[in-house]
Amino acid sequence: MQSGRFFSKFVFGLTGLITALAPVVVHAESIGADYKVHRVADMFQPLSRPAEMIHEGALLVLLICLGIFSVVTGLTIYIVVRFRRKETDNDQEPPQIYGSSHIEMAWTVIPILITVVLILVTSRTIGEIQNMKMPEDALKVRVVGHQWWWEIHYPDLGVITANELHIPVSSRDPEKARPTHLLLQSADVIHSFWVPQLAGKTDLIPNRTNELWLEPYQTGVYLGNCAEYCGTQHANMLLRVIVHTPEEFERWVAQQKAPVPEPVTAQQIEGKRLFFAYSCMNCHKIGDTVAQGLFGPDLTKLMTRQTIGAGVAPLNHETLWRWVRDPQDLKVGCLMPDMQLQKHEVDDVVAYLETLK
Amino acid sequence: MANATSTGESEYTFPAPAQVGREPGSLTRLVQEMVFTVDHKRLGLMYIGAGLLFFVVAGIMATLIRIQLLFPHSTWLKLIGHSTFLDPDVFNRFFTMHGTAMVFLVGMPIIFGFANYLIPLMIGTRDMAFPRLNAFGFWVFFFSGLFLYASYFTAPGLYNAGSAPDVGWFAYAPLMSKAFSRGHSSDYWTLSILLGGIGSIATAINILVTIFCYRCKGMTLGRMPLFVWMWIVVAFLVIIALPPLSAAQIMITLDRYLGAKFFDTQAGGSAVLWQHFFWIFGHPEVYILIIPGFAIASEVIPVFSRKPIFGYPIMVAATVMIGFISLGVWAHHMFTVGMTSIGNTFFAISTMIIAIPTGIKIFNWLGTMYGGKIRFELPMIFALAFLFQFLCAGLTGIMLSVATFDWQLHDSYFVVAHFHYVLIGALLYMFFAGFYYWFPKAFGRMPNKRLGLWHFWLFTIGFNLTFMPMHILGFLGMPRRIFTYEADRGWEIWNQIATVGLLFQIPGILIFVYNLIYSYVKGKEAGDDPWDAWTLEWATTSPPPEYNFDKNPEVRSRRPLWDLKHPEDPDWKFE
Repeated sequence: MQSGRFFSKFVFGLTGLITALAPVVVHAESIGADYKVHRVADMFQPLSRPAEMIHEGALLVLLICLGIFSVVTGLTIYIVVRFRRKETDNDQEPPQIYGSSHIEMAWTVIPILITVVLILVTSRTIGEIQNMKMPEDALKVRVVGHQWWWEIHYPDLGVITANELHIPVSSRDPEKARPTHLLLQSADVIHSFWVPQLAGKTDLIPNRTNELWLEPYQTGVYLGNCAEYCGTQHANMLLRVIVHTPEEFERWVAQQKAPVPEPVTAQQIEGKRLFFAYSCMNCHKIGDTVAQGLFGPDLTKLMTRQTIGAGVAPLNHETLWRWVRDPQDLKVGCLMPDMQLQKHEVDDVVAYLETLK
Repeated sequence: MANATSTGESEYTFPAPAQVGREPGSLTRLVQEMVFTVDHKRLGLMYIGAGLLFFVVAGIMATLIRIQLLFPHSTWLKLIGHSTFLDPDVFNRFFTMHGTAMVFLVGMPIIFGFANYLIPLMIGTRDMAFPRLNAFGFWVFFFSGLFLYASYFTAPGLYNAGSAPDVGWFAYAPLMSKAFSRGHSSDYWTLSILLGGIGSIATAINILVTIFCYRCKGMTLGRMPLFVWMWIVVAFLVIIALPPLSAAQIMITLDRYLGAKFFDTQAGGSAVLWQHFFWIFGHPEVYILIIPGFAIASEVIPVFSRKPIFGYPIMVAATVMIGFISLGVWAHHMFTVGMTSIGNTFFAISTMIIAIPTGIKIFNWLGTMYGGKIRFELPMIFALAFLFQFLCAGLTGIMLSVATFDWQLHDSYFVVAHFHYVLIGALLYMFFAGFYYWFPKAFGRMPNKRLGLWHFWLFTIGFNLTFMPMHILGFLGMPRRIFTYEADRGWEIWNQIATVGLLFQIPGILIFVYNLIYSYVKGKEAGDDPWDAWTLEWATTSPPPEYNFDKNPEVRSRRPLWDLKHPEDPDWKFE
């Protein structure tokens, strides 16, 4: 216990969030835990088709802008140096020039030409990305934004999860390509789905369904954030996209669909009793039990996830315990209230929750 | 004066009225004068003074925001044993109040201050068309500002609804609906902006009437200083763009208190509708703020290059074009809401087109400098930094206009960098240039150049240190408005450089304020026309008397004082 407390205090107790550079290995059964975690979400290292398409256009724009920047800055410096007032100058005013229509014409036409190029390139890319036809077998996922977490549905697979989007890797070979088609919705305020290395961002807006597609070419874990200010804990509404090989993805789906094992030990059974006796089930859903709440994340396969609180901390015994004890401790302002459980009750509930895998 | 002939002899003069002394007055007398005054110059200075006051408050908030972002979550824990320096709600209030104040309580009043002070002088008249409406505009603005800040003390809400508004400066629906913004904090935001909008519209009407009806003899539209021309465009934009904002504020108040459902998504209202209302105001607003910056540049650059503005008619045309196009680009703030590809393309194109007249302006300023004899006085130095920083702002603006690229950059720190380059790097720099340029006119004393140079270098280094790295933060996927971030996402170092920039910016601003006071008390006597300038405000005394001009002046060209000083080579022969 002593060592446990020590561990808690210095690794998660005090820090309370993910600081590890290395991939966070949480659970043996967390499929994909050994993938590379792309912690720096650099949009200039796109690893998915729509992000690559954006990147191409972006490079062209950057190049043009860099060109304009160099020419204008160079010109300014030249003018400032060449036409500065010198010590040797007499008091005479320089020749008064009022303008020149030829020169004006030149510096109107050149920007127009540059703008036309930009317009053509941009219009094409907008159409290409936005009107991309999704193949029949594209994986459909419905992502619903909540204050401050993500609800994730796979309507064709019958899987529900939260905060961590699992998708299969696609391929540059059109035969084997398998894009993921996201339908974005919101349960409360506006959020925005942004994983820079996979695609541009698209807002999740209440009363509206937006679309987005991902087509990653590499397995791995990709990080993103909610990109539209959505209230107190906007900063800790993190996204994690886990891109699997097709086989691993099937394994993950099977794992998610497997029935939830019944609690075995006395502590687990007591935890389950408490879970259903207190109001936990008003907000959370667990498989086919009577807990069918919709306000909080689905807990059916809680322990297969890598993080807790939409990415605020890695999921393990310590953080789960702290979360159940008082969610406001890890994520102040989050909508799950402090349930005021006794310490031994927290132990029991956590023991039960840890069977959900 | 009435006998001015067309023979080319310079018969008209600008008789300078007797110097008005600065009698030491008591504080009560000063307050009394400020409350009752309807003089455009005094009101102009009051606008600027109030704007600077709010600037300091909003700047302190920005400082606290930057300190909060100095370290990621985990490092704060190690340092102070608390998870964070600022709690998320406190942070969210700060960036909301910072943004709202900087736009509505700093940018708007200072541009109106310049317009108020200078337009009647530049067009050779004695006051604004409606002096009392002018005073009304100021006081409405001033109390809307106090009202907004009062929310910190008087808007206690329900649990978690705290004091000041925390919905962001564009307060997106439905985050600011009753369900998600409990208590009364957002009402302070709504009502304050509604109130300020009334003042702005009144002032804009006043400015337009003044310009169109009160120009001195001989000052045709084509002979007005560019400053005045640009203000015509700004005033029209204010009149067109602010009413939708006021309408939206009324609608959201109806939503919150009378059960209307315009933006209430839970009852079938539209969240996107709010964005249209807000940005159809919000984008012209950007031009409302930056065109007065252009206006100051168009006065400062010619005078210190010793040449008339290059391509005056083109500059006017470009400004009018910017005004028109700026009314049709608003949805480039909404590329990520899921518009159709046609919609996205339209707004991408209109946004790119606006780059053309803007580019023309930069080239014309360069053309003005070309072949001149550039004097590096304080206003010109700030104008040169403006040129460079506005170029950066414009180019990042072009990147953002590429809708696909915007899907990545939108709501990231890149956008934060972009608009700070516009509003600080360009607009605030032209404010500084304007302050130093017209300080001798307003107070009869020269600003201290040494202090001004310290101000310039410290602030320029600091500004670029703070905001240049934010472009990179955006590229690395850091969203804006987050109160903390994880370690190891590649963001720490850039955030730290940004915060270090404050160590330069803050002393820069302190020196600026000190310089204002120091020069006011101990500055060299300036005389009527210290910069050897050409527009009418330099024809009267410094400071000008309440009635501005003894006799109404008469002009025959765009540079009446040039004509006066160079009778052998007057402008009117060439115009």
